[in-house]
Amino acid sequence: MATIAESSVSTRQPSAAQWLVKHPLVLRLASVAVVCAAWEYAGRVPISPAFPTFVETMAALWDMIRDGSLAKAFAITLEPLVIGLAASVVAGVGLGVLMGLNRFAEWLGAPLFIIAQAAPMAALIPIITFAYGIGLLAKVVTVCMMAMPVIVLNSLNAIRHTPTSLVEMGRSFQASRLDLITRIILPSAAPVIFAGLRLGAASGFIGVILAELLITPTGIGDIITYNQSIAEYPKMYAAIFAIIAVSILFIEALEWIELTLFRPEKRAAA
Amino acid sequence: MTIGGFRVPLFASLVIWAILWEIAGRSGASFVIPPLSGIFARIVEIVPTPTFLAALAITAKTFAIGNAIAILVGIPIGVAMGRSELADRILLPWVNMFISAPLSALVPVIMVLFGLGETTIILTVVLFAIWIIVLDTRAGVRSIPPSLVEMARSFGASRLQAFSKIYIWAALPEILSGIRLGMIRAVKGVVIGQLLVSIVGFGRLFELYSSRFLMEHFWALLFVIFAFAFTLNEALAWLERRVEYYAASRT
Amino acid sequence: MTARASHHADAAAAAVEVRGVSKIYDGGVEALNDIGLDFPEGQLTTLLGPSGCGKTTLLKIIAGLIAPTSGSVKVAGRKVTGPGPERAFVFQDFALMPWANVMRNVGFGLELRGVAKAERERVAQKYIAEVGLKGFEEAYPHALSGGMRQRVGLARALAVNAKVLLMDEPFSAVDEQTRRKFQEDLLRLVAQERKTFIFVTHSIEEAVYVSDRIVLLSKRPSRVSEIIVPAIDRGGDPEQIRRSQAYLDTVEAIWQGLKRYIE
Repeated sequence: MATIAESSVSTRQPSAAQWLVKHPLVLRLASVAVVCAAWEYAGRVPISPAFPTFVETMAALWDMIRDGSLAKAFAITLEPLVIGLAASVVAGVGLGVLMGLNRFAEWLGAPLFIIAQAAPMAALIPIITFAYGIGLLAKVVTVCMMAMPVIVLNSLNAIRHTPTSLVEMGRSFQASRLDLITRIILPSAAPVIFAGLRLGAASGFIGVILAELLITPTGIGDIITYNQSIAEYPKMYAAIFAIIAVSILFIEALEWIELTLFRPEKRAAA
Repeated sequence: MTIGGFRVPLFASLVIWAILWEIAGRSGASFVIPPLSGIFARIVEIVPTPTFLAALAITAKTFAIGNAIAILVGIPIGVAMGRSELADRILLPWVNMFISAPLSALVPVIMVLFGLGETTIILTVVLFAIWIIVLDTRAGVRSIPPSLVEMARSFGASRLQAFSKIYIWAALPEILSGIRLGMIRAVKGVVIGQLLVSIVGFGRLFELYSSRFLMEHFWALLFVIFAFAFTLNEALAWLERRVEYYAASRT
Repeated sequence: MTARASHHADAAAAAVEVRGVSKIYDGGVEALNDIGLDFPEGQLTTLLGPSGCGKTTLLKIIAGLIAPTSGSVKVAGRKVTGPGPERAFVFQDFALMPWANVMRNVGFGLELRGVAKAERERVAQKYIAEVGLKGFEEAYPHALSGGMRQRVGLARALAVNAKVLLMDEPFSAVDEQTRRKFQEDLLRLVAQERKTFIFVTHSIEEAVYVSDRIVLLSKRPSRVSEIIVPAIDRGGDPEQIRRSQAYLDTVEAIWQGLKRYIE
């Protein structure tokens, strides 16, 4: 009945709106165009001397792409991020699955991660600097600290919530404990574990940016703080625009990898 | 976890970690890990000081205002997206983008636009909290059973009656969970904002303690903030479960 | 055994008249094609047809919840343009407000009409007792069984004192034993309330057991394929009906008629 209710609602909308709803790509482009135009307009007013126009920002972005400074900055920024995320995925999924399968491990470990997920871990960054200095290691640790709790807890919950009937099905066919874990529990937990990885990656980006802003300005963080200090706002905004765009593409790419490599049923549905 | 038939509460394991911490602290392995007992003594010492209370007041104020703005703006946007296909198609890509984007990168923008003061911290809180409120409100409005809407219409409810007696209540569990998740993000926002601004509230204390290598003070401050974040989360989750009792009958 | 009536041969006046109703959904699905029907006052008429036919659509058009593509519906001589107080709907999934207790749910139709609290609680109380839920006034829906929830839905529809009760597969979400009890209660209700009932079901046995008239709809786009008046004595013991030859023969005749629509 849901489809009926929806269609009867849509007949009451004006026809222009209906046309737009039926052409999502046009709508999306229009919505992006409106936001860019609003940015341009706000920059021209200007709402603040520290608010460059959209065109200025894009020009600065293009300059930084052309002279290679942006690529160099990303190489520096992405290094701790990729190392930290890889470590968090391996350790986080491992710990989460272990805790999901073993009550004692859960009892011992889960409270730490529950607190870590609710708490603002960013406040630990100064301590990390004391412990690990201002180099790559400190940034990797920051990324791990931000990304791991959500990966661990999602893996733990995913394993815990394996449908009982699936496990009983496996046992009724005399599956061994190992078979149960590798053929039923892990595949059934995969979607939630992957959701945790995406959330972890998003937190990892927050971590690496904070590390670059708070520990020592390097990479993208350096472009942001340096241009902020000399009031070269178009470049500062362009760097922020670039890191947000990259983080979104990165998370989209993770989703794509998940779909193409690990989720046959979703591929079949699409 | 049960030992000999006795159920050991989940968070009891924290006692073991606390003991390990105390041993590590006393061994003097690293100056960044002072003994836990010293940290707790420091909490008792610094919490009543005027500096701490002033920082707490600013943090609480910016946190509360930021959350209020996020809730008051976020819920109507979420309702609009849940009710109108057009609004949803226009706004959803942006909301989805902001919900997973590294918002900490935008804090420098807020700083150059609004200066190094309370406004910046309030806006950081809003920026962190609002998206999940919008998204959950939208989900709540969308999951209102169609038959409840038809029921209201067939018994002659006016638009206002349908909204105030049905829609809001039917979407309430999701809205509340959005507010809870928004507040968790807001705690992170208020801390990140203060860390970056670093001359206001706890941010100033962080700066002060870390520049003077006052590790016990620093940890004491962290413990207070972590305890607040955790208590807030648990309290809101408890409240949510109390309200959610009726959602059990949802299909 | 089984009497067959033509469309307009009923002695009782029509409480609901459906004339030339067609419905084509956005996207081109044709649910109903030129339906013409009269629903006699004080009787229970069932809409029965293969699954996916437009029986619920027709019921919701009569309720005013969906507008027909063409044609019209009149209730007590007045054209239907939307929901109205002379009709009350009973929903397949009960449509109870989970945040309101039984008392408020039952009185909700009156609450929307602005009836004072004391008065609507008095009326609600009466119908809660009538459907056998006395003592559950303060209970919330999640604490009730499926059968009890539908009793609340029924009491809510009765409380607004509508002349026409529209029931959309009201017993399909309750278990079989509760369902039989419901059917017996419904027969008593029809006899005692002097209201017009329009009932949608996909169960042939249920239709034959409770109906004064059964309208058979064809596969989509639905047309009226046949109207059957089961020749069953409603005066006797409800327990006896399911064993009577007339009941069994009618069930069989309808099954033979519907079979061809099932792949």
